[in-house]
Amino acid sequence: MNAPPIVAPIVPGAPAEELLKVRDLRKRFAIKGGILSRTVDQVHAVDGVSFEIGKGETLGLVGESGCGKSTTGRCILRLIEPSSGEVWFQGNDVTKMDHGALQALRRDMQIIFQDPYASLNPRLKVGAIIGEALTIHKLAPTQKAMEDRVVQLLETVGLQPDHMHRFPHEFSGGQRQRIGIARALAVEPKLIVCDEPVSALDVSIQAQVINLLEDLQEQFGLTYLFIAHDLSVVEHISTRVAVMYLGRVVEIAPSRELYDNPLHPYTEALLSAVPIPDPTVKRKRIMLQGDVPNPIRPPSGCHFHTRCPIAKPDCAQRVPELRESKPGHWVSCHYRG
Amino acid sequence: MPDTFVPDTLLDIRGLKTWFKTEDGMVRAVDGVDLHIDRGETVGVVGESGCGKTVTARSVLKLIDMPPGRFEAGQILWQGRDLIPLEQAEMNRIRAREIAIIFQEPMTSLNPVYTVGDQIAEVIALHQKLSPRQAMAGAAEMLRLVNIPNPQKRVHDYPHQFSGGMRQRVMIAMALSCQPKLLIADEPTTALDVTIQAQILELMQEMKEKFGMAIMLITHAMGVVAETCQRVTVMYAGKVVEEAPVEALFSDPRHPYTQGLIRSIPRIDRAVSRQARLESIQGTVPSLLNPPAGCRFAARCKYAMDICTQGIPPLKEVAPGHRVACVL
Repeated sequence: MNAPPIVAPIVPGAPAEELLKVRDLRKRFAIKGGILSRTVDQVHAVDGVSFEIGKGETLGLVGESGCGKSTTGRCILRLIEPSSGEVWFQGNDVTKMDHGALQALRRDMQIIFQDPYASLNPRLKVGAIIGEALTIHKLAPTQKAMEDRVVQLLETVGLQPDHMHRFPHEFSGGQRQRIGIARALAVEPKLIVCDEPVSALDVSIQAQVINLLEDLQEQFGLTYLFIAHDLSVVEHISTRVAVMYLGRVVEIAPSRELYDNPLHPYTEALLSAVPIPDPTVKRKRIMLQGDVPNPIRPPSGCHFHTRCPIAKPDCAQRVPELRESKPGHWVSCHYRG
Repeated sequence: MPDTFVPDTLLDIRGLKTWFKTEDGMVRAVDGVDLHIDRGETVGVVGESGCGKTVTARSVLKLIDMPPGRFEAGQILWQGRDLIPLEQAEMNRIRAREIAIIFQEPMTSLNPVYTVGDQIAEVIALHQKLSPRQAMAGAAEMLRLVNIPNPQKRVHDYPHQFSGGMRQRVMIAMALSCQPKLLIADEPTTALDVTIQAQILELMQEMKEKFGMAIMLITHAMGVVAETCQRVTVMYAGKVVEEAPVEALFSDPRHPYTQGLIRSIPRIDRAVSRQARLESIQGTVPSLLNPPAGCRFAARCKYAMDICTQGIPPLKEVAPGHRVACVL
C-alpha cells in the first residue's frame, strides 16, 4: 500500500522540523486456538497507519474502543512489536533498533498511561518510582543528586517534596497521574505518548492535569502524541488531530479545521455524537447504525462502508487512500473532500 | 423540597442519610439528601466519584448491603409511602413493578449463564401470568422495541454474545418489561463509546415517550445532563449543593462548585475554548470519614470566608425551583 507523500509544514506557523514519522505501520495479533495453539485467525489492530508529528506539536489520536489508537502508540515505543512499517524518530528507524539503541531511545520517548492505579508499582515509594529511570540512564551520579532531582520533578508537577517518602496508595487519582508525569519527565524526553491520561479522572481533576500537561509542554518544549477517546479534550489540547477507525487513519487535519469542517462521514458522526454541556444548543445528530465491526474480519474496501450514511456500492470494493483535500487536511473517502 | 406533599410527586427523598460502618469509622456517603422526582420527569443527579449519587440511587431500591450500610435518618417517600421500613416482600413487589434500575456495566449486571431471553422472560412472568412460551415471545417483543436486530433469534443468545451497546439495550429492555413508573439509570452510558452513547440516550428518550415513565439519570457527564434532563441535582461530598431546572443550571449556576464543574469541561462547539486555559477546581474531594465542619466545598472554594467553615449552609431558594446551599 502506498503511504501518502511526506508534506512539509502541515500547520501554518507550526515548526517545519518533524520529530516523528510513522509510515504504513501495521500490527496483527494472532488468535491461537485448538489443542496445538495454532494461529487460527488474526486481528488487524493497526492496518497501515501513517502520520508525522512536528517538534513541539501535539498530535491528537482519537477513535472509539478497539480502533487501534493505543496499539499505535505502543508500537511507536516498541512496547508492542509492530508487524511491519517504519517509525522514524530523529532520522533513525525505531523498528530496526537493537536492544541497546532502544534503551537509549527511551530517554527521548516516554509514555503516560491511562490508569494511574495500575501503572505505579505499589511496593515502591514515589521517590524510587521517579528515581528508577534516573538510575537506569545513569543520570544521577550520587544519592544526593538523585534526591534533588526527584524533589525538583515533584515540584514541577505540583506535588510536595516530602511526597517522595510515600507509597502510591496514599495518593488520589489526580496526584498519581502527576507522579506518572514526573516519572516520564525524569529523563528529559523529547516525545511523550499520552495514552488516555485523563480518562480515569473526574472532570475537575481532569482540567488540572490538562493544564499541567500544557504548561510542561511550554516549559520543556515537549512534543505529545495525545491518545484519547474524549473529543472535547483532544480538541482542547491538540495542534492537529488524526481520527482512526478500525485500524486506519480516516482523517488528519489541524484541530480547529477538523472540528469546523470535518470531511469524513465518520468524523462528522463522531463529532455530532458528543453531548454539548449547554441545554440551549440544539444540534442535528448523525446517528450511526449498529456497532463497530469485528476487527478480525473488517469490511472490505472502506472499513466504514457498513455504517456510512453516504456509502455507495464501490465503497465495498475499493480502499480509499488518505489524500490531501486542502492544505494540511487529509481524508480517506471516495466521495468527500 | 416542597413542604406539603404534592400528588404529582413520584419520589420524594427527605433528609436521607446512608452511612457505612468501616474499620476506619463511619463513612457518611449520603449525608442529608433532599431530592424529588415528578411523574414523567427526567432528573439528572450529577457529581464526581464518591459524591454519593450512586448510594442515593441504590438507597431508593434498598440495594445497599446492611451492614455495613445503614439508614441513619430520613425518608424515601414513594408515592407518599416511606420505603425505608418496608418488608422485603413488599420491596420486591416495588422493584418488580414500579421502580427499575439499569447499571453502568451491563456485563456484570446480566447473568452470564442464562440467555437474555430467559432473563427478560423471568421479569415478564413476575409481572403477568403467562406461559413460558408467551413470556419468551414477550421477551422477543421487548428486544424488538429496543431496536435489537433479529429479536426472535437473539433471545436465545447469552450476554457475552452481545456488544457493550447491545447489552445496555438488553438491560433497558429488561428494566422496561415491567413498565416501571421510575427508571433509575446509574451511569448508563459511561462505559460506552460516544456514538453508541448517542444511540442509547436516544433510545431512553424514545422509551420515555412511549411508556411515560420518570427517569433518574445518574451521571458525571454534564453534556449528557444538558441534553436529556429537565431538572438537575448537583451533589458534592454526600450533600446536595444545588438544584435547578436544566436551563437555569447551565446559564446561571450559583454554587461555586457547579460553576467550576461547568467551566472545567472543554467545549467542542465554541471557538473560544481553544487555546484558553481550562478553569480547574484546586485540591481534591474531602474524606467522608471526617467531613469538614461547615460547607464541604469550602476548602476548595475560591470565595470561601470564615463563615463557610462554621455552619453547614442549608438549601435556599434563589429563583423558582432553583435552590442553592451556599452563603453567597
